[in-house]
Amino acid sequence: MSTMTEQATQVYSVYIRATPERIWDAITKPEFTTQYFFGSAVETTGEPGTPWVGWTGDRAQQLVDGEVIESDPPRLLRHTWRALYDAETAAEPFSRVTWEIEPADGGVTKLTVVHDELEHAAKTAASVAGGWPWVLSGLKTLLETGGPLGGGGESA
Amino acid sequence: MDDDDRVFKALADSTRRHLLDRLFERDGRTLTELESELEMTRFGVMKHLRVLEDAGLVVTRREGREKLHFLNAVPIRLIHDRWIDKYTEHRVAALAGLKRELEETG
Repeated sequence: MSTMTEQATQVYSVYIRATPERIWDAITKPEFTTQYFFGSAVETTGEPGTPWVGWTGDRAQQLVDGEVIESDPPRLLRHTWRALYDAETAAEPFSRVTWEIEPADGGVTKLTVVHDELEHAAKTAASVAGGWPWVLSGLKTLLETGGPLGGGGESA
Repeated sequence: MDDDDRVFKALADSTRRHLLDRLFERDGRTLTELESELEMTRFGVMKHLRVLEDAGLVVTRREGREKLHFLNAVPIRLIHDRWIDKYTEHRVAALAGLKRELEETG
């Protein structure tokens, strides 16, 4: 029984030298997300009951579908998740993503992403397990250096 | 000791790499489950998990009465971006150039 729940949850965490407010903006505003979230533009008002949607940068294709379940800016955002970028993940039920933002000592903030309710979404689980480390590493680099990964300060 | 030091130190031990591999196979395990797969005392496994947790490679969450350990690959990704890409980038670019040249002439 508990084995099922364990398998259905993934947890990722990173310390970022930024305020909770900056991190909140970086996870809810498309001008930031396009720079670290596989180029995708996240659109959300952060209000419970409203959509949380990821688009390609040019808004031509919807990549992720979801809805905000719970919100406490700038500390917590919880939304559903169904990845549309792949036919197999699109056919699976919604899972759930929770962003937890906690101030830590020394001017850093701990950001934790919990992706759970993956019991019936094995393809999604495999896909996001490879993706979240990239996203959080890219987000830290963006906020701490002001530029996306790989640029080394130069423009691409 | 900075963040990278903690990650390299944590990875410089075969038992700790083995623990990460176990979590890679199946994530979100209790100390008891991890301990059952290692020929080591509970205290020894706890000590290694603590080093992995301090390096950010393992994250723990409470679920009911259980404390579950999750693999967190973010520090490895950060080291990759900082230390691996930098030194392999032009080698990859050179190979891509060679491939293009061979395909054009071939």
